[in-house]
Amino acid sequence: MKLTLKVWRQKDGDSRGEFATYQANDINPDMSFLEMLDEVNESLLARGEEPIAFDSDCREGICGACSMVINGLPHGGRKATTACQLHMRLFEDGETVTVEPWRARAFPVVRDLIVDRSGFDRIIQAGGFVSVSTGGAQDANVIPIPKPDAELAMDAAQCIGCGACVAACKNASAMLFVAAKVSHLAILPQGRVEKNRRVLRMVEAMDSEGFGNCTVTGSCEAVCPKEISLNFITRLNQEYAVALLKSTGQSAR
Amino acid sequence: MNTLNRRCSSSLGKKYVMAVTGLALFGFVVAHMVGNLQIFLGREILNGYGAFLKSKPLLLWGARLGLICLVSLHVWAAIRLTQDNRAARPVAYAVQASISASYASRTMLMSGLIVASFIVFHLMHFTLGGVDPEFLEFRDGAGRHDVYRMVVAGFSTPIVSIFYFVGMALLCLHLSHGVSALFQSLGLRTGHWVRAIDLFAKAAALTIFVGNCSIPLAVLIGLLK
Ligand code: HEM
Ligand code: FES
Repeated sequence: MKLTLKVWRQKDGDSRGEFATYQANDINPDMSFLEMLDEVNESLLARGEEPIAFDSDCREGICGACSMVINGLPHGGRKATTACQLHMRLFEDGETVTVEPWRARAFPVVRDLIVDRSGFDRIIQAGGFVSVSTGGAQDANVIPIPKPDAELAMDAAQCIGCGACVAACKNASAMLFVAAKVSHLAILPQGRVEKNRRVLRMVEAMDSEGFGNCTVTGSCEAVCPKEISLNFITRLNQEYAVALLKSTGQSAR
Repeated sequence: MNTLNRRCSSSLGKKYVMAVTGLALFGFVVAHMVGNLQIFLGREILNGYGAFLKSKPLLLWGARLGLICLVSLHVWAAIRLTQDNRAARPVAYAVQASISASYASRTMLMSGLIVASFIVFHLMHFTLGGVDPEFLEFRDGAGRHDVYRMVVAGFSTPIVSIFYFVGMALLCLHLSHGVSALFQSLGLRTGHWVRAIDLFAKAAALTIFVGNCSIPLAVLIGLLK
């Protein structure tokens, strides 16, 4: 199959970017979107042009690196699918496909489709961990955890931090990401100990990165490749309110 | 205290302000509608209700001041949040696609601002007499303010009634999203409550639209005169 690609090209963060149009011919419908871009890059290299820069690593939907907005939707907007898992057979032969980087102040463009998502790392550093001081690991079954809690925590822990939620949200809000990271720890006994401090710090870090606010549109949930539910945002709102009431300042710093 | 202050003006803090003031305003809108629907019980009852409210100046002014504070806080938070949201995406997408976001959820600021301008007109119309000063002079047989006559006179002009229909349609849109969003913001929209809350929001918004519009409509078709 053939496609016309409109791809965002931008040399670096300081340069002005623009769309460039490429013809992709002989696309195998069984390719993934990234493999298709690899082929386009091969032909660009053969012509002596700069290849399109994009992030990827695992290419099986678990690392969250392959950030790109395809036809206006992060990862192409298919249910539970990352760009690396997106099959070319889902496109129409002859279609024009527009590819853009995540657009958010907190995710500045590094080059072409690559953005700097280290804002997410700083949010995690602010509190997305469990402090375990010393000692050998005890037997896992010593701490009983109800099955529904374990499953709920696992649902939240599915988040791969790809940033599609931010990219899809009309407010570039990182609430779904933060909600998933706060929840998967707070639901389990090991993480519950630090839950108040964690949520306060992570929300503070989220705000200082310059993400927007949640207006409950549900776009994040719809594009999330790991189908993280909006219910976790409810939980985050609840956790934060409780933490606000419990700590009047000192303990959280 | 300083930390607490900073926390309360965080993104989530402002959403709590939005939600709490939105909830209180929603409560007022419902009570206001129920009170006004007494017009269908006749002039006697409506004017009596009006006189009753006026006879409790402390309560009346308390409520008015409270409402002014609520609206101011709500609009302040709305504008601050919207500014943050716009700043968070300085470069727009070339292809604008929206997924799963309802029309109501994408237009909250616009519907809210139109509702605000509607509120100003509504106050001019029936509270301050800015539209027709005569309205406040109407007296019934018992010497009370003739609210009934004022409402009928006010809605007899079709263009005015049409503006009320538009105002209520936008309030309905605002609340169809807002009432479920407020439960989400307060962390109460969980588990099996999600669908019930979303349904309640839509039903409540529609009820408010139908209830409030029934009055100008009844005047226009001559049911109330
Ligand atoms: C009768 C008057 C009003 C009622 C009953 C009302 C009710 C509500 C409710 C219940 C919410 C949901 C709160 C949440 O998201 O948690 C809301 C949100 C909102 N309201 Fe209002 N509102 C009214 C007037 C206004 C006005 C005058 C504005 C003008 C700026 C406005 C702007 C907004 C905006 C922008 C939001 C969304 C905020 C966000 O999600 O970030 N509202 N409103
Ligand atoms: S490359 Fe790892 S998720 Fe796509």
